[in-house]
Amino acid sequence: MRIEVRNVSKAFGGIRAVRDCSLTVEPGTITGLIGPNGAGKSTLFDIIAGFTRPDSGRVLLDGRDITPLPPHRRFHLGLYRTFQIPRIFARMTVEENLLVVPPHQPGENLLVSWFLWPRVVRREREIVRRAGEVLERLGLWRLRDALAGELSGGQKKLLEFGRVLMSPCRTVLLDEPGAGVNRTLMARLAGLIAELAHEEGWTFCIVEHDMDLVARLCDPVIVMAEGTVLTQGRFDDIRRDRQVIEAYLGGTLGAEAAP
Amino acid sequence: MELVGLASFLVFFLTLAGIYALVTLGLNVQWGFSGQFNIGIAGFWAIGAYTAAILDTPASPFHLGGFAMPFWVGALAATLLAAAVAFLVGVICVDLRTDYLAIATIGIGEIIRLVLKNEEWLTNGVRGIAGIPRLFEALGRSGQALAFLGFVLLAILLVYALVERAARSPWGRVQRAIRDEELAVAACGRDVRRFRLESFVLGSAIMGFAGAVHAHFVGFISPEAFDPLFTTFLVWVMLVVGGSGNNRGAILGAFLVWAIWSLAQFATAYLPLAWAGRAGALRVLLVGVLLQLVLLWRPQGLLPERPPPPVVRRDA
Ligand SMILES: Nc1ncnc2c1ncn2[C@@H]1O[C@H](COP(=O)(O)OP(=O)(O)OP(=O)(O)O)[C@@H](O)[C@H]1O
Ligand SMILES: [Mg+2]
Repeated sequence: MRIEVRNVSKAFGGIRAVRDCSLTVEPGTITGLIGPNGAGKSTLFDIIAGFTRPDSGRVLLDGRDITPLPPHRRFHLGLYRTFQIPRIFARMTVEENLLVVPPHQPGENLLVSWFLWPRVVRREREIVRRAGEVLERLGLWRLRDALAGELSGGQKKLLEFGRVLMSPCRTVLLDEPGAGVNRTLMARLAGLIAELAHEEGWTFCIVEHDMDLVARLCDPVIVMAEGTVLTQGRFDDIRRDRQVIEAYLGGTLGAEAAP
Repeated sequence: MELVGLASFLVFFLTLAGIYALVTLGLNVQWGFSGQFNIGIAGFWAIGAYTAAILDTPASPFHLGGFAMPFWVGALAATLLAAAVAFLVGVICVDLRTDYLAIATIGIGEIIRLVLKNEEWLTNGVRGIAGIPRLFEALGRSGQALAFLGFVLLAILLVYALVERAARSPWGRVQRAIRDEELAVAACGRDVRRFRLESFVLGSAIMGFAGAVHAHFVGFISPEAFDPLFTTFLVWVMLVVGGSGNNRGAILGAFLVWAIWSLAQFATAYLPLAWAGRAGALRVLLVGVLLQLVLLWRPQGLLPERPPPPVVRRDA
């Protein structure tokens, strides 16, 4: 789905985290959102997903104004987001972390759970099967019964990504999916993201500091600095943009990705 | 003769402990399942007890009613009224984080106690409500006591079955997820408020039901019976000692702590006269020390929480 951010501002006390920011994520794209630390990327994700109410401005999903909607309503419109610092359910097993995600679980109604248990079991079978596939795919299968709180940082990040695959949402905000995940596995995940976007029409907006990954995966790339959009375009073009280089304090951007 | 006395004390002890076990199961739904800090237990317990008392006693000039209803009417109304009050409180307070919810529920509990104490037309004030009919009267004194104990144990079994199923269901899974990471649950499309409200209401409804059973057991209730010390405080100790998040732990904790509490009462009878006046305080101290010890050595309680068995068995 198309995400439109229109003139959004958000201040925390004296800090103007996002200022009059406008951008569009086109459906079917893998849009990169990059910028120095503190540029306001995560805050913007919070606003798009409904976790932070903007001081002013609107957020549109496929043309519909979703600014006043709480996060859970946005999920049901097809929008999912991950968190920069993984918010996994620490005292639940890895598998349970995934089982929470799919919607329409009759067992979430107490009366159904008490009196119509077979209906609960039927839906649960589908969800467990799906979770098994996702666990295999992420290499977490043998950890399925471990408590999620005991996972390493990178594994938590993977589990956070696993939830994306469990959700029915096809428009996904990923906040630094690669942070702490080993390169080989991340390359596999990048392949998966590309496949979902290009073959199944998912829309991604990805915040990422790993420029290799951004170069490989994202088109277009939007650059944020000091709470607003600096520029946007193909990675190769913005890499040479003077403003962008300055924003990143002296040309470290894409140094590794340079040919 | 001694033996008969002992047996009848044992029945009395088990019945009361069983009523505490019901309340503790209710608290476990709120705190153990979804991390809501209710310190107003006394209030919901009292609502249940008074509702049953007013509905089930024969007409009396001292308080509203009574309406001489059968036990099940009083118990049902007690459960529903406690649930309704919890719903109203929850709509306002359920968004509050644990510590603030704790403060809010202390206030609610205190308000309920003041109403019971001061609205004489309704509750006969501090003089309380007497003549609440006991169940199974036809069975004679000891038969009645035994039958009532059986009834309480059955009630525990029923409530246990309901809350255990709730804990193992996807509903319970969402509750535990909320306890760990509320925001991630919202990101997964769940209305966190709804779930927290439901567990708060369910827990309070169980407390209200326990209150109705309690009223019919003791036959006389007054605001004094709902002193937070004997209700809220003890129930919290029971849950923490038994193992919060574990329904069996909640039941075990209730029986164990009630045993210690009761034994302490015997022990203090042997205190020298000069100390006799402090017996009550010493009992509280003892339970307080017990709580400290458990928190130090076994903070998860005697039966720690475990992830519940999966809804469907997985084939390898
Ligand atoms: N809840 C908050 N309260 C106060 N200040 C906040 C809050 N959230 C963000 N900020 C501030 O807003 C600014 C933007 O933060 P944000 O997390 O959006 O940056 P970011 O672009 O995601 O950075 P990074 O790349 O380091 O993750 C920072 O100065 C931050 O300190
Ligand atoms: Mg960030």
